[in-house]
Amino acid sequence: MDLLSEYFQSYLTALETYDVVAALWVNIQLTFWAFLCALALGTVLALMRISPVPSFQWAGAAYVNIFRNTPLTIIMTFCILVLVFQLQLNLSDDFDFNFFLWAIVGLSVYHAAFFCEAIRSGVNTVPLGQAEAARAIGLSFLPAARYVVLPQAFRGAIAPMGNTLIALAKNTTVATVASVPEAAGLMKTMIEFRPDVIMAIFATFALGFVVIVIPIGLLTTWLSKKLAVAR
Amino acid sequence: MTSDTPHSQPVPAASGAPAPAAREGAGQPLVQLKDVNKHFGDLHVLRNINLEVRKGEVVVVIGPSGSGKSTLCRAINRLETIDDGEILIDGTRLPSEGKQLARLRADVGMVFQSFNLFAHKSILENVTLGPVKVKGTKPAAAKELAMSLLKRVGVDNQAGKLPAQLSGGQQQRVAIARALAMKPKVMLFDEPTSALDPEMINEVLDTMVGLAKEGMTMIVVTHEMGFARKAADRVIFMADGQIVEQATPEEFFTNPKSERARDFLGKILNH
Ligand SMILES: Nc1ncnc2c1ncn2[C@@H]1O[C@H](COP(=O)(O)OP(=O)(O)O)[C@@H](O)[C@H]1O
Ligand SMILES: [Mg+2]
Repeated sequence: MDLLSEYFQSYLTALETYDVVAALWVNIQLTFWAFLCALALGTVLALMRISPVPSFQWAGAAYVNIFRNTPLTIIMTFCILVLVFQLQLNLSDDFDFNFFLWAIVGLSVYHAAFFCEAIRSGVNTVPLGQAEAARAIGLSFLPAARYVVLPQAFRGAIAPMGNTLIALAKNTTVATVASVPEAAGLMKTMIEFRPDVIMAIFATFALGFVVIVIPIGLLTTWLSKKLAVAR
Repeated sequence: MTSDTPHSQPVPAASGAPAPAAREGAGQPLVQLKDVNKHFGDLHVLRNINLEVRKGEVVVVIGPSGSGKSTLCRAINRLETIDDGEILIDGTRLPSEGKQLARLRADVGMVFQSFNLFAHKSILENVTLGPVKVKGTKPAAAKELAMSLLKRVGVDNQAGKLPAQLSGGQQQRVAIARALAMKPKVMLFDEPTSALDPEMINEVLDTMVGLAKEGMTMIVVTHEMGFARKAADRVIFMADGQIVEQATPEEFFTNPKSERARDFLGKILNH
């Protein structure tokens, strides 16, 4: 009993020294911005892959195959070591914010490949006749995609996009490579300095991510039911 | 192949056909196909098709499954490319791709066997989308036009619903209204009643007969002989990608010339 409360006391002092919530908040921000960018880029890529222009199709496929098959850590390291340190490509004059932005870039270019494929799986749920009817009333490729195919594709892709978003939320921990003060980095520091409460530290961060990720899962399940296209 | 030689000369409009009234501007070719060929891989689906459809004419295309009727319709609307030959709509050759093609396509209304209404849009939006996004019609004017067309096909009271909430017959009538909203010069129908329950076939056919009576130029793939007799000026019989025979409905159904047509009519009549 004494041992337990002593352990708990130590754990509390660890929490007082290190701001776990602030670190997790960084992961949430990374998730949010990388989601928006990756979704936008993924949509463009999906459009390229379904377009009638062979060179666009080829370029879209090449992008997806390169970025989907490259480990995120390597992309992130490349951004920092090559683009920032070697080539001095700065997105902001603020040192920390620059890394934060680069982390978003790394996360976005990587996950865009997955959003592209999720959207493409949604396109496959849209019967071919929908696109043909759109063309038949005189819509060219982009308007047909914008008004007819993509709205239905997105509704059919909510579940796979949700899975990609969940993976993205967890992958924000790779931003630690870009020295962004996010949760995984903080956890490493805490373990280094407070090995006495190592189990509790692991549990804390695991729980933190569960709390971030579960709502995403619930929301996407609910949305995919609510927005399903009746055929 | 059969011994029947495909006609390349358009048959004069049926003088004995009952329904079509005198049509304004009738006589000028609106749709012209010249030596059109199309392959799917090794399969020669359209073999040297020559066809002229004059303004105001109603042509029924009939023939066994797989004979290339759908491909013919889709080629006229450039939903399928052709290998050689040319297709002209109102004297203009169909461009291969791009904006100009999209614009010309709007001149050719298309009604599909499976309706293909935009599943995520309301009935009203299905009809207004083309005018607003292709022609730049003001939303209010497009809505007015759409409501009058929906009224004409008898589904104006369903305007706010989604396609899945309508019966097949209603959906097909909306599809007709959607095509009409683009004010097409010619309407293509690819087996518009084949996917319908029997009790809904007539409501769609009646709408089409009405259109024919108003002078719309129509190319209709259908096995509904009642419609052909009532509204068609000419029946075209296709087999194996060729136009085997063309005649007035009366002549074709009572006295088919080719063996293939006799054989085919025997099969559909014995059903
Ligand atoms: N996209 C396609 N790819 C390959 N073959 C096709 C395609 N569309 C149609 N066909 C073939 O072309 C032939 C003609 O088809 P179609 O025009 O649909 O005939 P119909 O409408 O008279 O039944 C058929 O043998 C069909 O299998
Ligand atoms: Mg067919």
